[in-house]
Amino acid sequence: MRLSSGTKLLLPFLAVMTVFFMAPMCIALAYSFMQANPLGGVKPAFSLAGYLRFFYSPDLDGNMHWDMRYLQIIYSSTKMAVLATFICVLIGFPMAWFMATRPAQQRDFWMILVTIPFWTNLLIRTYAWILILRGNGIVNTGLEKAGLIDAPLDLLYTPFAVGLGLVYSYLPFMILPIYSSLERMDWRLVEAAQDLYATRLRILWHVVLPAAMPGLIGGVILVFIPTVGSFLAADLLGGGKQMMLGNLIENQFGMGRNWPFGAAISAILITFVMIGLILIARRGQGLKGVVG
Amino acid sequence: MIALMSDRLVIQSVTKFFGSAQNPVRAVDDLSLTVKENEFFTLLGPSGCGKTTLLRLVAGLESCDSGCILLDGADIAPLPANKRPVNTVFQSYALFPHMTVAENIGFGMRMQGKDPADIEKAANEVLDLMRMQGFGARYPSELSGGQQQRVALARALVNRPKILLLDESLSALDYKLRKEMQIELKRLQRETEITFIFVTHDQEEALSMSDRIAVMERGRIGQLGTPQEIYHRPVSRYVADFIGICNFVSAGSLGLAEDVHIGFRPEDATLLVRDGQKPETDGPVLGGRLHALSYHGAVTYYQVTLDSGETVTVADHEKLPVNVDDRVRVAVLPDMLIRCAP
Amino acid sequence: MSTQAKNMPGFGAITFLGIAFLYLPILAVIIFSFNSGRMITVWEGFSFDWYPRALGNSDLQRAAINSMIVAVGATTIGTVIALCAALALHGDGVPRPLKNASYTMMALPLLVPEIVIAVTTMAFFGALNLRLGLGNVLIAHVVFCIPFAYAPIRARITTIPKSMLEAAKDLYADEWQAFRHVTLPLLAPGIFSGALLAFITSLDDFIITLMVAPPGATTLPVEIYSKVKRGITPEINAAASMLLAVSIFIVLLSYVINRKKVI
Repeated sequence: MRLSSGTKLLLPFLAVMTVFFMAPMCIALAYSFMQANPLGGVKPAFSLAGYLRFFYSPDLDGNMHWDMRYLQIIYSSTKMAVLATFICVLIGFPMAWFMATRPAQQRDFWMILVTIPFWTNLLIRTYAWILILRGNGIVNTGLEKAGLIDAPLDLLYTPFAVGLGLVYSYLPFMILPIYSSLERMDWRLVEAAQDLYATRLRILWHVVLPAAMPGLIGGVILVFIPTVGSFLAADLLGGGKQMMLGNLIENQFGMGRNWPFGAAISAILITFVMIGLILIARRGQGLKGVVG
Repeated sequence: MIALMSDRLVIQSVTKFFGSAQNPVRAVDDLSLTVKENEFFTLLGPSGCGKTTLLRLVAGLESCDSGCILLDGADIAPLPANKRPVNTVFQSYALFPHMTVAENIGFGMRMQGKDPADIEKAANEVLDLMRMQGFGARYPSELSGGQQQRVALARALVNRPKILLLDESLSALDYKLRKEMQIELKRLQRETEITFIFVTHDQEEALSMSDRIAVMERGRIGQLGTPQEIYHRPVSRYVADFIGICNFVSAGSLGLAEDVHIGFRPEDATLLVRDGQKPETDGPVLGGRLHALSYHGAVTYYQVTLDSGETVTVADHEKLPVNVDDRVRVAVLPDMLIRCAP
Repeated sequence: MSTQAKNMPGFGAITFLGIAFLYLPILAVIIFSFNSGRMITVWEGFSFDWYPRALGNSDLQRAAINSMIVAVGATTIGTVIALCAALALHGDGVPRPLKNASYTMMALPLLVPEIVIAVTTMAFFGALNLRLGLGNVLIAHVVFCIPFAYAPIRARITTIPKSMLEAAKDLYADEWQAFRHVTLPLLAPGIFSGALLAFITSLDDFIITLMVAPPGATTLPVEIYSKVKRGITPEINAAASMLLAVSIFIVLLSYVINRKKVI
């Protein structure tokens, strides 16, 4: 029995992943090229309707009409994801920088502090924002007590709430890869640069940013992909006004009963994932900093 | 080659390749040697010469690509490491961090299914032998480097191996501790009467401890012999250069017509600093200029640039009345000349 | 200190605010789980009443039992598979292309949006007509538990010096004995830590379970979700707080266990 080596030990992993992960992906891809069954599921016949649904919608007679609704949703959810990713960089980069420049023992503490939310229930942490944002929630009550507003602000069920929830959900995914890159950086380089009369801005640009780049690329991918495909933030905090691709997919497999269309959107997301994987493999710092 | 009764280990034409199939590197190249019973045998050479690979081949941690390894006349080359009655002291000690000293020492006997009472008894005996009584319940992380070294030795010796293999075992210790352990190792080898094969790159260590030394060069044996033979009668420039300092000058500068490399050790020459000073022996005398001198306590080394342009080093116990750039002469003891094939 | 360029002005403040931002919702849920009134965001005094109520709620009880069954099952299976994979991938018996493919497969469940895994798995079970009840949920959970269990094991395995196993073999241990007496004990903190992370990942999963779970096989997060959709109550806050506490305790435990170095 060869325990330390040999493909035999890899077989359970390969079997489980192939059957229960890769095969479902392939089946979904196949479904995206089939006809929808209005009762749910698909009819086993080739059709491009799943992809055409991005641009057209059928009327009662079955004629196709130009329909921008879904493109609009894709556009707005992509815009929202880009914005959320950008804000995550703005918050996450300084946090990672600050953490990486702490003494070694303190760094562990900060690291744990950032990872605990990552490991706790996202559903609960998202619905908690309802408590904070709603009309008689913590923010409005606080502002009213302080005399800053007379009537409660409309915070919940707005695109703002969704954006906030997204930044909140995926911020640790930005901090940790950047931190992981910066922690390995030789900070004496910064001292050397300072010694050579570099300004803070130049140090940031010429010394720290190049070192942080793999983490930054990893972080952007790890935030953007789950954000654009997210479900919970828009579902709980959006009030139907702001959808992400995840909500669109859930809708097509649930109420909408258009599986091919849902599968087609999934295929687009998987394409994003593939591009992300290639980018991470080329330049980036992956999830090692998060779960490693 | 016939294995004699007193031959513990016979290595016959063993070859080991590393690297890719397109670009194989012969780490051990058609090498043969014999280690006798109860011998302190040293494999000496620079890093990358194949000495550790040869040791690992004997241990069974690597497998030979060709050749055989006879232990007491039986070929052990096909056996895996755990079936070979030899034990290794690893360079990093490789003590099991999750086991106590006693558990570490008992591990080999436990794996062989020995009786726990016997294991405990043997472990206590070997701790006595190592002068480590009372350390049995400690963990390796609670020991100093020197103590870890002793535990690693004890863990191997307790199995009464036919050969004890030591892989650069002293290199992690500081200078003083290393000197102590050299003496300790010799004592252990005498008391246990176990054959030791010792791998080192430290020529001083090899000379002071070994019964015989094999100087290795690119997977082959450069020279095999007693420390005295290796030091005073090196067969090649490689061996002479590796063991201590050796001055090489062309045969022409010594007035010899042979086509050989001529060398001499720094202590086998004297420096003549006064004009007209007579050498004590009638060997060759070479003229030159003192280039540098360095004081080492017991000896002082004088570097002389000869008139022929070659540089030699001469050792003297005294601080001679001479300054850099003074004219000097080097008198070489004639019977200490080393002749090597070019 | 602040004259040093590595201490950027304002970065400390951003970090403190960022941490506050990350913990504010967690604190909100916990604080309002102790509210004595039915109003979920109007503080009416401290009370411990909602906890026994949550514990006594039969829907939550059933869901919590399901959650435990799935989490324990998925953790056990996932960790064993991850351990085998880590051993295989660490050795040199697996061909390079297969290794690379395995690494990609290990990363995919972490990168593919959960909703995609959810709907594709649901469609797959539908296509196979697989109706194992809680078994469907278990299978889905095993898949995403593997990478989480794998990461700490992998990290640990690389810290075990090769000479440790060679020493075991030199000391007469066969493959199995070397694994049993040397590799396994040295890997134990990584295995335990990985199992804990897999456990909370399974316990916390919501979207995949929502899509895959047949009626009657709902887990605690799904039950909380459906209750939240009907209106948040202090009782739900209490149940949620307990779930948060379990996660936080387990993640801290995982850190403590995995902190001890091999040598």
